[in-house]
Amino acid sequence: MQFDSISAFFDMGGYAFFVWLSYGVSVLLLTLLVYTSHSNHKNVKNKIVQRLLREKKLRKAAEKQSANVKQTDPENPGVENQSKNTNEAVT
Amino acid sequence: MWKWLHPYANPEVSYHFVGKLLPWISKITILLLAIGMVWALVFAPADYQQGDSFRIFYIHVPTAILSMSIYVAMASAAFCSLVWQFKLADASAAAMAPVGAVITAIALFTGAAWGKPMWGTWWIWDARLTSELVLLFLYLGVIALHNAFEDKNLAGKAAGILSLVGVVNIPIIKYSVEWWNTLHQGATVSKMEAPSMSLDMFLPFVFCFLGIAMLITYVICLRFRTELLARNGMRPWVRDLITAEGAK
Repeated sequence: MQFDSISAFFDMGGYAFFVWLSYGVSVLLLTLLVYTSHSNHKNVKNKIVQRLLREKKLRKAAEKQSANVKQTDPENPGVENQSKNTNEAVT
Repeated sequence: MWKWLHPYANPEVSYHFVGKLLPWISKITILLLAIGMVWALVFAPADYQQGDSFRIFYIHVPTAILSMSIYVAMASAAFCSLVWQFKLADASAAAMAPVGAVITAIALFTGAAWGKPMWGTWWIWDARLTSELVLLFLYLGVIALHNAFEDKNLAGKAAGILSLVGVVNIPIIKYSVEWWNTLHQGATVSKMEAPSMSLDMFLPFVFCFLGIAMLITYVICLRFRTELLARNGMRPWVRDLITAEGAK
């Protein structure tokens, strides 16, 4: 132990400002680096999840549409328009 | 001879391999840094001339050494990516650049905060300080180029060429204190010779150095995995992995 008391430890032999400034800024920057790296990783994962969900929705809408088209009378365009609208709402 | 290495060129294998290492790296990092920081701040003796301001040494020197090591590692990865088109090398170079920039910034800042009480100035345009500042700008340039193109392959090529050109700066930093008259002192810690400091000052340095090195390894591994996910987002293995994690 190099220091007689807690206050001597914080005083750092008169160099308190420079020593604690150095250690403080270093710890702060490294913590920020670790934190942003973690949140980056989560963000990238979330983006992929969102893209997968959207693809799923689009696929479902497309299936619905093709099923609707098969069922509708080709002379009745009203139903077909409706299915197109649902497709737009999804995207 | 190198055949055992081949499976790791597969991003999926690498992703899982690094993922298994991460918890161990984080544990070792916390252990080493806890020992190193307490030893450096409380138990290491004060310098006979510089007093307790000498304790900045335990952050300044490891980060300064590592700022150059990371650059060399990044440039080697960029070289492999440019010459042999290893996609993973490119991803690792992209993972290393931001870490190197932060470490260089810390080395510069702690250097300034040490320079003020010892030299009487925060900053001076001498060879060592200026070349280290150039290193920071090189890192920032590499990061900017990685983000400047939508196409990651093109971005990797541009950033790789900049990092290769920037390697010329590394020997300039290292030998600046010998080649020119400078306010900065010469190396205290050297790989080849016995350290020119007593053991009770040198041992905490070893812990701080290894601790910061492990912390850097941890962040680089983490960012490397992020890069792999981002670059392979359309592949089936990423799809399966994300779906499996979502189901948990």
